[in-house]
Amino acid sequence: MAEKLLMLALSPTMETGTIVKWNRQEGEEIATGDVLCEVETDKATMEYESMNDGTLLKIIIPEGGNAAIGQSIGVVGEKGEDVSALLEEIALEKKGSGTDAAALQVSKETAGGLPSTGKGYAGARKEEGGALTGVGGSSSVVDEAALPPAAVSEAPFTGRVSGPGASIESSRAKASPLAKKLADQYGIELSRVQGSGPGGRIIKRDVDAARTISSAAQTAGVYGVVSRGGTGAVQATAAYAVPGNVPSGQVPSGQAPSRDIPTGPAPVAEEIAVSGKRKVIAERLSQSKFGAPHYYLKAVIAVDGLMAARLEINKKRQNDKLTFNAFLVKFVAEALKRHPVVNSSWQGDKIVRFGRADIGIAVAQPDGLITPVLRDCWNRGIAGLDAELKLLIEKARANKLKPDEYTGATFTISSLGTYGIHEFTAIINPPGSAILAVGQARREPVVGVNDGIQIRTNMTVTLSCDHRVIDGAEGALFLNDMKEMIEYPVFALY
Amino acid sequence: MSVITFRESLRQAIDEEMARDDNVILLGEEVAQYNGAYKVSQGLLDRYGPKRVIDTPISEEGFTGLGIGAALVGMRPIVEWMTLNFSIQAMDQVFSNAAKMRYMSGGQFTVPVVFRGPNGPAEYLAAQHSQALQSMYAHMPGLKVVAPSTPFDAKGLLKTAIRDDNPVVFLEAEMMYGWKGEVPNEEYLIPFGDAALRREGNDVTIVGFSKTVRIIEGAAVQIEKEGISADIIDLRTIRPLDEKTVYESVRKTNRCVIVDEAWPFASVGSHLCWLVSKNCFDLLDAPVELVSAEDVPMPYNHRLERAAQPSIEKVMNAVMKVLYRD
Repeated sequence: MAEKLLMLALSPTMETGTIVKWNRQEGEEIATGDVLCEVETDKATMEYESMNDGTLLKIIIPEGGNAAIGQSIGVVGEKGEDVSALLEEIALEKKGSGTDAAALQVSKETAGGLPSTGKGYAGARKEEGGALTGVGGSSSVVDEAALPPAAVSEAPFTGRVSGPGASIESSRAKASPLAKKLADQYGIELSRVQGSGPGGRIIKRDVDAARTISSAAQTAGVYGVVSRGGTGAVQATAAYAVPGNVPSGQVPSGQAPSRDIPTGPAPVAEEIAVSGKRKVIAERLSQSKFGAPHYYLKAVIAVDGLMAARLEINKKRQNDKLTFNAFLVKFVAEALKRHPVVNSSWQGDKIVRFGRADIGIAVAQPDGLITPVLRDCWNRGIAGLDAELKLLIEKARANKLKPDEYTGATFTISSLGTYGIHEFTAIINPPGSAILAVGQARREPVVGVNDGIQIRTNMTVTLSCDHRVIDGAEGALFLNDMKEMIEYPVFALY
Repeated sequence: MSVITFRESLRQAIDEEMARDDNVILLGEEVAQYNGAYKVSQGLLDRYGPKRVIDTPISEEGFTGLGIGAALVGMRPIVEWMTLNFSIQAMDQVFSNAAKMRYMSGGQFTVPVVFRGPNGPAEYLAAQHSQALQSMYAHMPGLKVVAPSTPFDAKGLLKTAIRDDNPVVFLEAEMMYGWKGEVPNEEYLIPFGDAALRREGNDVTIVGFSKTVRIIEGAAVQIEKEGISADIIDLRTIRPLDEKTVYESVRKTNRCVIVDEAWPFASVGSHLCWLVSKNCFDLLDAPVELVSAEDVPMPYNHRLERAAQPSIEKVMNAVMKVLYRD
């Protein structure tokens, strides 16, 4: 019996997915667990594993095409099976949905001048097209049909598919009635929730999780890059000369707005569609910044000793040099161990004190940012942390992180030092209650003993704290302990 | 308080009501000289004599009709069916006469009769004598159906049944006659349509009645070891049905398991599933589960006979399912 292959929710916040690559072709045998295709979600590129044994009979969404969760991307069954009825059903399912599938459908049907019954935005378009074709065809019909998918991507897929034969299974996110009610109450979009019940049904615990923990979906308010290597600062400096290259959200300090009154033709403002990822970032950051009362603590840390130590250690390592950040993560973890209140989460009716330090590192991507998480930093050494950090950053840049690799940080570090930033403040990354913003290490004159002037390498760090969880004095003690440990590492053993 | 058996609590109820009202009579096969097939009527012949404790021929349709006729002219008969399996013979009398006369006479007649006897499978009784027939009687408007699970409830509800002006089908079970429980020494009545909360919990609502309540209680002890706490609702009466108590519990737990030892098709259990699904739709986090008899005639082979009935294990599985822990 042939079955539809449906687009699955491969990340907690995914609404639609783009097929990057089909690993199997039509007619090929497939087994449960085989990777059928690679799907780009709002966060990363995920492997789509088969849940069936059989033959891939039909690919509905070609490479480069996208589909909403629950929409058919292919058909699987037994070799030689007649799937025409299923394909017809899938064709109906496409009407009214706002993704590539719908656009393709529109183009095909308007060209043939078929009568239309679809609903929703795409359907309405099709009706219009059908009428025009009826009076002899028109180039505008073709234009309508050829609209890029983005132009018709407004209609959400949920609940809008109403063509005859459209199955309930494929047309809506399955959720228990209670989950629907709660999602409504909390203002959570069900299409952003990944179901853990049978057949991907969204149940109460999924909505609860979406409300609290999974809001961790990595959104510290920082456009930071970690571990760019020695030339980072130089690159950053060069980048500032070209405004277009500045990471989004950063205003180059050297560029004052021009006070000249423009005389030429009025500049045309460009409108950029908000991507799914950008939307998630925007939502989470606003939620954190406006929901959690932030306050900020700043400290200047002398890092000469640490840098010298790192140099010595790295002399013994051939190719695999330890990054500065790996040391930083370890000292942060040690400080968290002494101040568990900083490693906690505000949960409305309770404060959760995490039993482990899972430290997130903000990493910039071309289209946003992501926070891969180093788990259990208390029990790991600097070399181990460094190796994993390098791996995670590589994955992050390639959009290959899996949800469990970028959610649930109990504390986050964001660094803009390699961008030449002296100091800055960051927005807390839930479920954590604090984030450390790390500036550039700079050689500075410092007043030393007997009023002598010394040259030291200083790094300014700013801790953002959620005042609901961490009071000022506790935040200060944490920061001071961390500073002491970095300046005099023996304190880490004390 | 005294600790007495289910059998004794029924005997006390009949005894007290016969002493209280001369119109109360008991009739059925072996109820008088043999003191009842299951000894529920022990000693009643000696106390009330053969005019009020009457041995009948082996003819269910006949003596059931006799009881209904007596009720129509003002008596309050208790008709004992040796088992509900034999009551199938008498269904025309129960459905066509007992259940309809008050309605069809425009209220000129009342039919204050109680039909009582053991219902549901016992053991080693094979397909014809192991039937749980509550679905049949509950199906019929005009009948009240009572299914207690403890001696306390049995006594209080049987007294209420005898005093009720409508025909009441009172369900007992062979396996329950020896069950013991505390019963007050002083007189008491239990109203119909009032379910009992046997155990309080937060994670799941389990609903049952009659013999299944013990299975549910057994399952509750097991799942508690896994950190799951259950509300156990004993319906006590099937008609009238206390829906409110069930819904209030589901409001708290968001999950519901129904246990009924009848077959699943068109049963009291499946009806309850529909009611909860409909009236608690927005409260449910999982589909309502029904634990019923398997949909087959009862096998004689004992192992299969056990497997065909609801069990602690089956109830636990259903709980795990509604909690998505299976």
